[in-house]
Amino acid sequence: MQSLFFILAGVALISGVLVVFQTHPLRSALWLIVNFFAVAGIYLLAHAEFIAAIQVIVYAGAIMVLFLFVIMLLNLRQPEEPARRPHIGQKFLGVVLAAFTALLLIYGFSQAKLPPSRALAPGLGNTESIARSLFTDYLLPFEVTSILLLVAIVGAVVLAKTRLK
Amino acid sequence: MFDYVWLIPCFPLVGFLINGFLGKRLPKNLVGIIGSAAIGLSFLLSVSIFLQYLKLPAGARPLEKVVYTWMSAGTFQAQVAFLIDPLSLVMLLVVSGVSFIIHVYSAGYMYDDPGYPRYFAYLNLFVFFMLILVGANNFLLMFVGWEGVGLCSYLLIGFWYEKQSASDAGKKAFVVNRIGDFGFLLGIFLIFWTFGSVNFREVFALAAKYPVGSGVITAMTLLLFVGATGKSAQLPLYTWLPDAMEGPTPVSALIHAATMVTAGVYMVARCSALYALAPFSLTVVAAVGVLTAIFSATIGMAQFDIKRVLAYSTVSQLGYMFLACGVGAFISGIFHLMTHAFFKALLFLGAGSVSHGLHGELDMRKMGDLKKHMPITYWTFLIATLAIAGIFPFAGFFSKDEILFHSLVDGNVIFWGLATAAAFITAFYMFRAVFMTFHGESRVDPHVHPHESPPVMTVPLMILAGLSVVGGLVGIPIIKGLHYFHDFLAPAITPVGHEAHYPAAFEVALMVFSMAVAAGGIYLAYRMYLKLPELPTVLAERWPTAYDLIYHKYYVDELYDAAVVEPIKQGSDFLWLGVDDKVVDGAVNGSASLVAWLSAHLRKLETGFVQNYALAVLLGVVLITGYLIGR
Amino acid sequence: MVVPLEYYLGLSVALFALGAVGVLVRRNALVIFMCIEMMLNSVNLAFIGFADHFKGVDGQMFVFFVLTVAAAEVAVGLALIVAIFRNRATVYVDDLNLLKW
Repeated sequence: MQSLFFILAGVALISGVLVVFQTHPLRSALWLIVNFFAVAGIYLLAHAEFIAAIQVIVYAGAIMVLFLFVIMLLNLRQPEEPARRPHIGQKFLGVVLAAFTALLLIYGFSQAKLPPSRALAPGLGNTESIARSLFTDYLLPFEVTSILLLVAIVGAVVLAKTRLK
Repeated sequence: MFDYVWLIPCFPLVGFLINGFLGKRLPKNLVGIIGSAAIGLSFLLSVSIFLQYLKLPAGARPLEKVVYTWMSAGTFQAQVAFLIDPLSLVMLLVVSGVSFIIHVYSAGYMYDDPGYPRYFAYLNLFVFFMLILVGANNFLLMFVGWEGVGLCSYLLIGFWYEKQSASDAGKKAFVVNRIGDFGFLLGIFLIFWTFGSVNFREVFALAAKYPVGSGVITAMTLLLFVGATGKSAQLPLYTWLPDAMEGPTPVSALIHAATMVTAGVYMVARCSALYALAPFSLTVVAAVGVLTAIFSATIGMAQFDIKRVLAYSTVSQLGYMFLACGVGAFISGIFHLMTHAFFKALLFLGAGSVSHGLHGELDMRKMGDLKKHMPITYWTFLIATLAIAGIFPFAGFFSKDEILFHSLVDGNVIFWGLATAAAFITAFYMFRAVFMTFHGESRVDPHVHPHESPPVMTVPLMILAGLSVVGGLVGIPIIKGLHYFHDFLAPAITPVGHEAHYPAAFEVALMVFSMAVAAGGIYLAYRMYLKLPELPTVLAERWPTAYDLIYHKYYVDELYDAAVVEPIKQGSDFLWLGVDDKVVDGAVNGSASLVAWLSAHLRKLETGFVQNYALAVLLGVVLITGYLIGR
Repeated sequence: MVVPLEYYLGLSVALFALGAVGVLVRRNALVIFMCIEMMLNSVNLAFIGFADHFKGVDGQMFVFFVLTVAAAEVAVGLALIVAIFRNRATVYVDDLNLLKW
């Protein structure tokens, strides 16, 4: 099992690196899809089947498709050199700071004393247990989320529609 | 009747308000009538209170009448209240009476002046403050009056404010007075600090418990005297009085002869209880007084402006009053104050009448032989001059003679010698003035036709002349039963030392001697200005430096200018350019430019690039997380 | 069968850091956005890791909602990018510096 994890983790990392460093945004998007699939695989290993499915359907299936739509729509060819450069040291500082964040988090996690793990309940992570939890304990966030989605729909439509003069 | 004592200053206050606010819309005659009537009513009320007071049994006097409590803080109380005792009654009568006469005179003298209502308003305001000053029962209220008369003096000296010299003189008077007032105020503070009260009766009662020569009382009295020096124009704060002659002549008569300048003498007499305990201060008072007397008398010898002569004579006579107080003869000082009020007011009004008749001329070199043109003015002026010279039986004789007597027996022979010399010089220069103005050949400008003044001006002259004749008779010494004045005032004054008795013959001999001295002065003036008119010029050429010194008033004004005024001006220039400009403005402008500099550099953070902002966000996250992990 | 929690967290941190680098270094707005999605994804991973460790469903619920919010956010964000492109004909964030001092 652990070896499977390492394979999937490796895929996720490599595709992540490629997302960041590919020139064409289209390629970045495609590598991100690979990343999502790898992470979904890791979810399966973690007894989170429903979430894995949702990850593939929503994230990889819907969100990335949306990205691809927009990339195609904007019809970007080769990346052009922009007229202005960001502030000096931005890139260098960015990398340094991100690395520092990582180290800090690792340090923080290593210092934390975690309670021991427990026994596995049989139906953990399947649809039924998710649904049960969703509609009882997390009913309010569920309802609020529906409103959030409504707002997002309206917002997206308003922002993106063409001006009809 | 005593309950109405507060009305005495109120009448002139009402007069001030009416003339001040409505004066321009009222007919001119009405303005003059309101102004004079206000004082007239005060005078009548003072007289009736005086008569009632005489009927009071001895135990009931003196009285205090409280109008209202001005401030009350803990155990300290300051009230608006009047003290009715012999001293304040004498002052009230003199002030209101002489003021009334001068108001009537002014109605005629100032008739053609465009500022007529303003003049009467200020004059009434002045009398209001003066009456407060002399009627107050505590130091604080007296100081209110003190400052108020200073203010009115400034307003009236600078009455013709468009004239640069007049407004300068007003400022000079006020500033020099202020220096004295500072001393006065320090004295009041010291009194309050020591005794816990500013009420006269309380303070004097408490002071009686102190030993003679006590340091704190000496300090108090010296500080109070500084105030008196300023207000009553003694050395070294006398320089404002001659310049104050820029004001209208009745103003000089009222303020700078009869009333305001006497406030210092009144104050010293009022505090006789304190001065009796401070022999050192008394010596200082007497010394300053006699030195001032002779100093300004010498200056008066060489002046040609008739009002200046009278101004220096006022300073000199005030010196006499202080000399009297300084040797312990407070009552004599007040007596001389009263008689001086009569004849000095008369002298000034007479000078005003002369200048009125000559259309504004004041230089005696352009006068002469006015006797036949202005007889009433001449005779009244002559009576006043005889009074000031101290000739029997005019008013000045009795009061001045008493001062000379006391300066010898209660003081020392030096005081007496200087005072007698000053008397000689006084007689000399006053008669010089008379001879140059009214006798001899006429040096009047041919275009000017001198004429006598209207009755509204001459009648007051005659009244004052009458007072100058009989005014001294209330205080005849030696003959028991005739020194009413002294008996009346005695309860209000604390005696210094002990009463000594001298043989009557000694007093009479002294009287004769002083008369002889005065007569000598008159004769010298006669010789120099009537018989041999070229003599003064010859003498001036014989001793040019001496003449120059006295003609230029010993250059005191120039000395003050260089020693005091210039350094202060330079000091304030430094404060202006060095401190205000550089430090204060620098600090304010500096903080503004600091903020500007800061913002110029800080705004570079706003690059407009989202990624820079994202970097900042990440930095913040790192810091917070780091802090939380590190805890 | 058991994957230790540290592994999940380590991967999550690595992906997060990669995403952060991408956000700060890339100039194309779309790529920046994708990197943000990657960062969200890494957080989801951490939650799932914790859910697996504590054998509770709450971690997975959290992921559920994060997912939903991410979807909404992408919709609006992409609409914004399209609108900006229409106005300024660029997707490079360097050109969007009107708020510069």
